[in-house]
Amino acid sequence: MKKKIAMYWGAGCGGCDVSLLGIHEKLLDVLEKADIVFWPCATDFKYEDLEKMEDGEIDIAFYNGAIRTEENEKIAKLLRKKSKILVAYGSCATEGCVIGLANLYDRDEIFNAVYLDNETTPNEKKIIPQGMEKEGIELPEFLPSLKTLEQVVKVDAAIPGCPPPSPVLEEALNALLEGRTEFGKEVALCDECPRKDTKPDKIEIERFYRWHEKEDDGSCFLAQGMICMGPATRAGCGGECTSAGIPCTGCMGPVPKVENQGIAMLSAIASIIEDMDEEKERAVMESIKDMVGTFYKFSTAKLLPYGRFKDES
Amino acid sequence: MSFEPKIVAFLCNWCAYAGADMAGTSRLKYPGNMIAIRVMCSGRVDPEFILEAFEKGADGVFIGGCHPGDCHYVSGNYRTRRRVEMMKRLLEEMGINPRRLRLEWVSATEGQKFARVVKEFVEEIRQLGPSPIKKEEAI
Ligand code: FES
Repeated sequence: MKKKIAMYWGAGCGGCDVSLLGIHEKLLDVLEKADIVFWPCATDFKYEDLEKMEDGEIDIAFYNGAIRTEENEKIAKLLRKKSKILVAYGSCATEGCVIGLANLYDRDEIFNAVYLDNETTPNEKKIIPQGMEKEGIELPEFLPSLKTLEQVVKVDAAIPGCPPPSPVLEEALNALLEGRTEFGKEVALCDECPRKDTKPDKIEIERFYRWHEKEDDGSCFLAQGMICMGPATRAGCGGECTSAGIPCTGCMGPVPKVENQGIAMLSAIASIIEDMDEEKERAVMESIKDMVGTFYKFSTAKLLPYGRFKDES
Repeated sequence: MSFEPKIVAFLCNWCAYAGADMAGTSRLKYPGNMIAIRVMCSGRVDPEFILEAFEKGADGVFIGGCHPGDCHYVSGNYRTRRRVEMMKRLLEEMGINPRRLRLEWVSATEGQKFARVVKEFVEEIRQLGPSPIKKEEAI
């Protein structure tokens, strides 16, 4: 019997929906084994259709995007109820992704930055979004912090990546359709990086560079003094970024069995720097700007699920 | 009730832990707010331990190691120094006062110093107040 699958788009950029189409004709193979019963981005289903389904009626539901609004949260819970297997699809659902960096700010700060004091989109009349009472249209509440899917409901499997690269996605879809919830590589990106032979044991540098500050000589980015998250990031993408001349920023999340990707990388960086005197060392450390943005670009929501702490005294 | 800080201390076997022992055998007094965890080298302290200690309710984390040049494993303490430096910056960006994390070099004979830095640290944390990090509470 054909499986019933669903795909939902929470707080995200839409790239995940596109990535599913990005497997091209392989999608047809999937559709031979499964029927889509809910996919707001591509098909005409409404929330009522979902509500009317029996509990557990959907075999596999994919949730992409994070939980940022009441609406996201409500649908996450609804999908959980209606599905046998709930899959966090992509980095937002799994780890909060780039939009999780918003957890460094509170709701008011975000609101003002977006609508009121944004330099590139002046809003002289101070127009802010609001529901339309007469038409009965309400805006969903913006939650105090951004959450991953797992922080809201039980999740059975996760497909990493921002968005999941095609080979990763294909493997995951095949596994899930066969009833397996574990898939993907167990090694770090360095293992499949085209630059791997130039990876040093120790790095001797005076400062770290951001990738636009230095010309790439084609060797391991760490050896060049550019932070590359490869050692702490799960393999699977084949080094899409590193082969295109850009250091890995870690979208595939941690290697399985590693809890905290950011701290693993922070620790690795501290370990591979050559021993030097304290002053020099401090200068090297200080050249890493933006610790959270560098090491937790995709997982701030896991580091700060309730937002930034207030311990300034 | 007055606030009693909870401090988790990672002490290396060869120097800081021996220094703590020294403080004990010399009958020096220092506050009992500290839970000491003996590690073979301060370099064994994965930054994840630090974060976990905070998440499990520590108000401050203390790391004691051998003086630079004296690490039993040659360079473990240099790694620790760099890790602590980076952790302090990470904590700061997370909105946590970096003073809650302290690294000190204590040799096996420095019982005096051990008692003094622990006392100082406990006082400092007492002033900062309870840590806001505890995970269970946040949930
Ligand atoms: S053994 Fe004491 S710091 Fe390494």
